[in-house]
Amino acid sequence: MRVSARMFEASTRVSSRATIGQTRQPPGRWLFKPLVFLLCLLPAVRLVWLAYNDALGADPIEALLHGSGDWALRFLLITLALSPLRQWTGWGFWLRYRRMLGLYAYFYALGHFLVWLLLDQALMWETIIPDIVKRPYITVGFTALLLLTPLALTSTKRMMQRLGRRWKKLHRLVYVAAALGVIHFLWLVKADLREPLIYAVILAGLMIWRLPRLRRIRIKQA
Amino acid sequence: MLIKRNPGISSSEITDRTVWEQRRDFLRMAALAGIGLAGCTPTESEGGSREPVVHGTPIKGIVKSRYRVDQKPTDYADITTYNNFYEFGIGKSKPARNSRDFVTRPWNIRVEGECEAPGELGIEDILAGFTQEERIYRFRCVEAWSMVIPWVGFPLADLLKRFKPTSKARYVAFETLYDPKRMPGQKRRVLDWPYREALRMDEAMHPLTLLATGLYGEELPNPNGAPLRLVVPWKYGFKSIKSIVTIRFTEKAPPCTWNQLAPEEYGFYANVNPEVDHPRWSQRYERFIGDGLFGGKHRTLPFNGYAEQVASMYSGMDLSLYI
Repeated sequence: MRVSARMFEASTRVSSRATIGQTRQPPGRWLFKPLVFLLCLLPAVRLVWLAYNDALGADPIEALLHGSGDWALRFLLITLALSPLRQWTGWGFWLRYRRMLGLYAYFYALGHFLVWLLLDQALMWETIIPDIVKRPYITVGFTALLLLTPLALTSTKRMMQRLGRRWKKLHRLVYVAAALGVIHFLWLVKADLREPLIYAVILAGLMIWRLPRLRRIRIKQA
Repeated sequence: MLIKRNPGISSSEITDRTVWEQRRDFLRMAALAGIGLAGCTPTESEGGSREPVVHGTPIKGIVKSRYRVDQKPTDYADITTYNNFYEFGIGKSKPARNSRDFVTRPWNIRVEGECEAPGELGIEDILAGFTQEERIYRFRCVEAWSMVIPWVGFPLADLLKRFKPTSKARYVAFETLYDPKRMPGQKRRVLDWPYREALRMDEAMHPLTLLATGLYGEELPNPNGAPLRLVVPWKYGFKSIKSIVTIRFTEKAPPCTWNQLAPEEYGFYANVNPEVDHPRWSQRYERFIGDGLFGGKHRTLPFNGYAEQVASMYSGMDLSLYI
């Protein structure tokens, strides 16, 4: 417990409000983490179950692609919503889920990529490489996955300690990845932009909330 | 006696049904897309659950045509639950669900424009007045998936000739029904309703061009464009307009819905061409619907495999320009 508290101090400069929040933990909170873990796994279990039972509809590959992509984006946005939630509620415990949810975003993004690579493209490199280079929406999606990879790899406590200040800087790439993820979705839609626009609006809101904080950080660094 | 008068709410203040329905739809989607733990509700983009589509009335006196590809036809369940028919919703499983109560009787098709004998035809007259053939065609969507469909129908040319097109008739334009009450997808302007498509006269008169009245020996199921649709097997699926109410002979090239929305992505000709990519994806390969998870991709053929019959219509045209 102590270790993780120090960790957050190092990584997010916990405000006094949040520190107070830490003493106001809801009862039975030891159950929360495994529960959240299982809950986050549910969409994946559902997709695999439907695939196994041949219940994904006429185009199961498309259903898996869209299902995993939707959840990658959702988990990215949920992860980015934790800091604002901490401020609004004054509860520090939101941040204890940030790594898990972030890793889930990566899990679904990687699943999305593998479905595309193995099932949709069936490992046909003669089309995979040109598609990544030539198709803007694939380029953008692939870049988002590439940006998320070092973040997933450096998510361990040890890497956090080893990288110190640079860890924080590196992990700001998540904002770029989220933006690319939304663009990836917007770009592939044919006519109805409503669904990707909802994600865009949520992301914009989360980023606007961060503007004053990001500016402060930049001033301090200068 | 006290008669309570209507409290002055004018009808203009009452929110229109379509508006609040749209709002509800939007809120539901926002909840799904947003943080809500919608783990078990499929969103529009997912394949989602599949409910069987009711079989239509069998069509009598169907003649087997020589136009039959030797591939196994796609399952009825797949053909009827995987549709791009935005008039009944955006997701591919939406039309099957949202068209269940769509009534297609009575149904009249108006034929007008540059012809000597404009007029109207009822769907019953069409079913009885033209020899219905079964033709098994490949169907290739611009989204790079394909099916094999046992259509029932008759050559469009047979119908067009009855209305005696004049020498001015260089194109044939088609329109889908516009009736947001019956086609709920039209309540939102995703597309510029009504859906419009068109063919050059020689394409319209080509023996492969079909007016379909059914599939698998039965009248067209609603999600497939009941009661009458166009089938142009060498073109991307969006050219094969559904639920037709108007056919018009024109002198100038008529506007087409997808072409107007994004001309660089959806050309007027829209001939299946593996050499010309859609700006956002390759058209070199296609996925066979019904192949399942491990079916991989298959090479797309020029003119969807009908090059021998139709390529001559485009000789001398640069097909990388006339997409």
